[in-house]
Amino acid sequence: MDASQARAWLYAVADSIAGQADHLTQLDAAIGDSDHGVNMNRGFTAVRAALDGAPADGVRGVFTLAGSTLVSRVGGASGPLFGSALRALGKALPEQGDADTAALAAGLRAGLEAVCKLGGAVPGDKTIVDAYAPAVDAFEQAARAHSGDRDGGLAAAARAAADAAQQGMRDTIPLQARRGRASYLGERSVGHQDPGATSTWLIFQALADTVTTRRP
Amino acid sequence: MKKFINHPDAVVREALIGLSAAHPDLRVDLDGPYAARADAPRAGKVALVSGGGSGHEPMHAGFVGLGMLDAACPGEVFTSPVPDQIVAASRAVDGGAGVVHIVKNYTGDVMNFQLAADLLGDGGIEVQTVLVNDDVAVEDSTWTAGRRGTGATMLVEKIAGALAETGAGAAAVAAMGTRVNEASGSFAVALTACTTPAAGRPGFELPEDEMEVGVGIHGEPGRRREQLLPARDIAAMSLEAIMAAKPVASGEDVIVLMNGLGGTPLIELYLLYGEVAGMLEAAGVRIARNLVGDYVTSLDMAGMSLTVCRADAEMLRLWDAPVRTPALRWGV
Ligand SMILES: Nc1ncnc2c1ncn2[C@@H]1O[C@H](COP(=O)(O)OP(=O)(O)OP(=O)(O)O)[C@@H](O)[C@H]1O
Ligand SMILES: [Mg+2]
Repeated sequence: MDASQARAWLYAVADSIAGQADHLTQLDAAIGDSDHGVNMNRGFTAVRAALDGAPADGVRGVFTLAGSTLVSRVGGASGPLFGSALRALGKALPEQGDADTAALAAGLRAGLEAVCKLGGAVPGDKTIVDAYAPAVDAFEQAARAHSGDRDGGLAAAARAAADAAQQGMRDTIPLQARRGRASYLGERSVGHQDPGATSTWLIFQALADTVTTRRP
Repeated sequence: MKKFINHPDAVVREALIGLSAAHPDLRVDLDGPYAARADAPRAGKVALVSGGGSGHEPMHAGFVGLGMLDAACPGEVFTSPVPDQIVAASRAVDGGAGVVHIVKNYTGDVMNFQLAADLLGDGGIEVQTVLVNDDVAVEDSTWTAGRRGTGATMLVEKIAGALAETGAGAAAVAAMGTRVNEASGSFAVALTACTTPAAGRPGFELPEDEMEVGVGIHGEPGRRREQLLPARDIAAMSLEAIMAAKPVASGEDVIVLMNGLGGTPLIELYLLYGEVAGMLEAAGVRIARNLVGDYVTSLDMAGMSLTVCRADAEMLRLWDAPVRTPALRWGV
């Protein structure tokens, strides 16, 4: 992945979140406080503006800029969590230049670890982690299996990650929340899809779309 | 849902402009954004900083002033403030004696205040944090997000704020805040959902003859939905839940906050308070101080929260100490 692909991914996330903001907020109305779509949209609108204004070169710079922007602009639970994930992803990548698929896999894993450390959630708590953790596992596996591909396995890994994130997102429906606002509902949180896990899927879906579309 | 707003995105900012216009003894920084005491920083005084999502007015900005908070950071509606904002507010009011953050126990608030405290620590400002988690409707557990911070927040801010005014150190102020939190329990019941400016419609529908029991202050559904009961039974249910979690013995003093969630007429709050007062009297508990009104709200939610704080003589003395803020003023 090079810097222009990294930017294209984040712009695609911003588009996708903007389109799904109402849906995300609706999901949050059921088990939270009706602000998740608003929060994410505010954050990625700011990320878009930050990227527009800064010719960050190198993948590392792109992701750390995006992460810092989310942390300082979103608030709520999702700002620090997604922001720290992107910052950790950036910091795990080479100081200069592009990232190969293995480096990206390590970066995504570092992002997951940052989310778990900051929020204390484990798989099954009905959070971002339930989509993010399987996505990272799938990304790593597919990256290894497809390392001989012409693109170093990036497209295959991104597709596998998006599929796993989607499954993880769906699997949050029967869970009883133990972290975040939804935990206050106790048993009443069962039967609803987690908003943060849904955003996580949108992010991996945007990655898959970005790296599988032919570049101009 | 109709609202007195210009644009949903501008509500927080435009309300701060109004707050600033109404209260010249606050210094409102619209870029933070935060609201600070105009006379801060005060050299040698521990600075109390709180904050949280907007929509709980008068908390927190309404509690900024002499004897209470030095600064408050309003987030977007129901969304915790960002670290930059908390850092800016803390720096603006730091008088060199340390900073105490009063944080309601919500994932977002805890993380953003933590990130801010780390940044402040890097810059040489030591931060002590008081975590408020008084809502007894939720189980206290280390495996979950735990109990929410609700009505007791304003008691913590008042009492710790009064102690800070006496020149006490940061550790003592924080310890007092924690003591008030531990002595307090709250329980809330809602008759309607609320409507955030961004959503424009109520968060959930509640039939005429039902109520949400064990709600928080963010318009979310409660622990369970029940058939609507007479006020007497709602008061009893709330008081019992609090007493089970935070027992008060006969002969002890309490401070009672009968709080409206934003859409409940004061006449109903007084009616509820009368019920609670009768029950506490029957139990031999003395209501040493009380407040009845809208202090910790959830936008336009029709509902009430009851907070009972078992108060010792020192807490009562600090409760009575002078306070001059937009929403609470006495003794000055
Ligand atoms: N401890 C946690 N670890 C991982 N993800 C979490 C945690 N707590 C909450 N989340 C995720 O955050 C999502 C909610 O994000 P949202 O933007 O609505 O913030 P919020 O909880 O409403 O914050 P605030 O309370 O300050 O408004 C949840 O759906 C969940 O996926
Ligand atoms: Mg939310």
